Amino acid sequence: MKLSNYPIDGKYGKYGGRFVPEILMEAITELEKAYTEAKADSAFQKQLDYYLAEFVGRPTPLYYAENLTRKLGGAKIYLKREDLAHGGAHKINNTLGQALLAKRMGKTRVIAETGAGQHGVATAIACAALGLKGVVYMGTEDCERQRLNVFRMKLLNTEVYPVESGSKTLKDSINEAFRDWVTNLESTYYLIGSTMGPHPYPMIVRDFQSVIGKEIKQQFKQKTGGLPDALVACVGGGSNAMGTFYPFEDDTDVKLYGVEAAGEGIKSGKHSATLAAGREGVFHGMYTYILQDKNGQISQTHSVSAGLDYPGVGPEHSFLKTLKRAEYAYADDKEAVNAFLTLCKEEGILPALESSHAVAYAMKLAPKMKKTQSIVVTLSGRGDKDVETIAKYTGAKI
Amino acid sequence: MNTIKSTFQKAKANSSGCLIGYITAGDPTPEATPKIADALIRGGVDILELGLPFSDPIADGRTIQDASLRALNAGTTPMRVLEIAAQIRSQHDIPLVIMTYYNPVFHFGIDKYLAAAKQHGVAGFIVPDLPVEEAADYRKAAAAHNLDTIFFASPATSKERLAKIVAASSGFLYLVSRFGVTGAQSSVSDSTVQLIKKVQPQTVGKVPLAVGFGISKPEHVQTVIAAGADAAIVGSAFINIVEQNKQNMLLELEQTAKALKTATKT
Repeated sequence: MKLSNYPIDGKYGKYGGRFVPEILMEAITELEKAYTEAKADSAFQKQLDYYLAEFVGRPTPLYYAENLTRKLGGAKIYLKREDLAHGGAHKINNTLGQALLAKRMGKTRVIAETGAGQHGVATAIACAALGLKGVVYMGTEDCERQRLNVFRMKLLNTEVYPVESGSKTLKDSINEAFRDWVTNLESTYYLIGSTMGPHPYPMIVRDFQSVIGKEIKQQFKQKTGGLPDALVACVGGGSNAMGTFYPFEDDTDVKLYGVEAAGEGIKSGKHSATLAAGREGVFHGMYTYILQDKNGQISQTHSVSAGLDYPGVGPEHSFLKTLKRAEYAYADDKEAVNAFLTLCKEEGILPALESSHAVAYAMKLAPKMKKTQSIVVTLSGRGDKDVETIAKYTGAKI
Repeated sequence: MNTIKSTFQKAKANSSGCLIGYITAGDPTPEATPKIADALIRGGVDILELGLPFSDPIADGRTIQDASLRALNAGTTPMRVLEIAAQIRSQHDIPLVIMTYYNPVFHFGIDKYLAAAKQHGVAGFIVPDLPVEEAADYRKAAAAHNLDTIFFASPATSKERLAKIVAASSGFLYLVSRFGVTGAQSSVSDSTVQLIKKVQPQTVGKVPLAVGFGISKPEHVQTVIAAGADAAIVGSAFINIVEQNKQNMLLELEQTAKALKTATKT
């Protein structure tokens, strides 16, 4: 069985599934049907392609990072510049796709969760462009940390609901979005921001994000005539990584590396490295790896990058880990900040702190590989939003 | 020993519906729960649902979210909930049902936890994030340990799905009264009455029909029983009293349960 044929009946091996309250079962079945129809409809695909080209600015460049390559003295490093997509991150690929789907389904109101605010902003952009009412749930803790993004969403005509419950972060904003959805099922589309949640969401988000991997394949071939030796992407919920990996899943010569956030170190307990330190369980509608305590309660997570701060992970990543098709590594806060500073200095690019985890791992990987080999690192977003965090972390005054 | 089945039969013989109460075990403390249960049972609760608290209760409104947090902060664990169940059972012969999300049970080991629950006198389970399609292992364990599996139906459930759900349900069927999460409301809407009338023909003679979500007052109980439900489920209304934690809490719980129970009589 080809890996790219999964999910089969909503599952990636034993991972995935639909662990949701009964009230949502018909809705996710309806969603799957609508998505399958849309996928097969060339008019829908054409509409999506139009927005991706004219509105998002795709294809994003695949940039050869010559200075960084020279500095590391190993494999050639290429950067997939999702930071140059409209909104400053890969998130828009998915929000546009799903917002078009929502419209097609006749929904008028779109809800979303957000942690750092990137998915919230991308949702707000898609809703404004397509004339949908946007509502974003965001933990009060995150609202405070990312005040600028809250204001950006408001400017884009989206309502932001602060979430006071639980740990007041991303996982709680997802809980709250689910609660909204069961209450307003008729009018509302839940636009999940990562390859997570009940089937069909991990598949839908992966498919819309796989434009990243498809472009990499094409662009790399154009530049070199072949395939890269390795792909590296950061993993929180795992959408930019899944979008990067998916078109290469069956190209077994291409190594896949997912990089999680080790925060203050795995041993410190203050991290979000779900695949490295979690256990299998059921959370947010899916069977997957989860960071949990000895009683099966979901753990609090930590990372310097709010976008990776999630105690679960997309089920397809759990599947790829179990099959050893992808390797999952981690980078801690310090390594990510160091990678951020390095890319600024060497290449003139400010990567998002999330993406900096991928850069950090590539910096370890490249010197161990031959000069004739190549690594593609997905730069999932730009780092302008993180400069305050970097200043704080490095003790700089701004 | 009273089972869920015999409890419904007895109520029916008395021309009465059943009152099912929900409390979060361990709220405000594990020690307090048996006393709270005692007050509710003396008031007239026929079947008691004990919530095993979960950190991320997506089907619950604010009242039960907060109760879950209080219980977890008080050190409530899956095993402690079963000990509480055994303690209640040693004083009262009424069916106890554990209501929880899937992960704590899965993490403990499904068969292991259900076996332990049976040993502690539990009669059945309710797991809101486990639809019938994902429930094979759970149903197998429940059958092995002779525990009832209570599934949900909702206003969004189609006739075809409902037939599947009824076939998988034992003890009772939990009908969600409306689109939304748990939590007390001021009134029961006409759509709930219509929903009960629509679902009831598919459950009658197969499994008792219990209606929950938003049921908090005697008139709500009366309405759903009159519409054809076999039981009304009340949770947040009791937990609101526990949350206030006033000196006369136990008396207030007992009186509230009594008024609700009276309303089940037809």
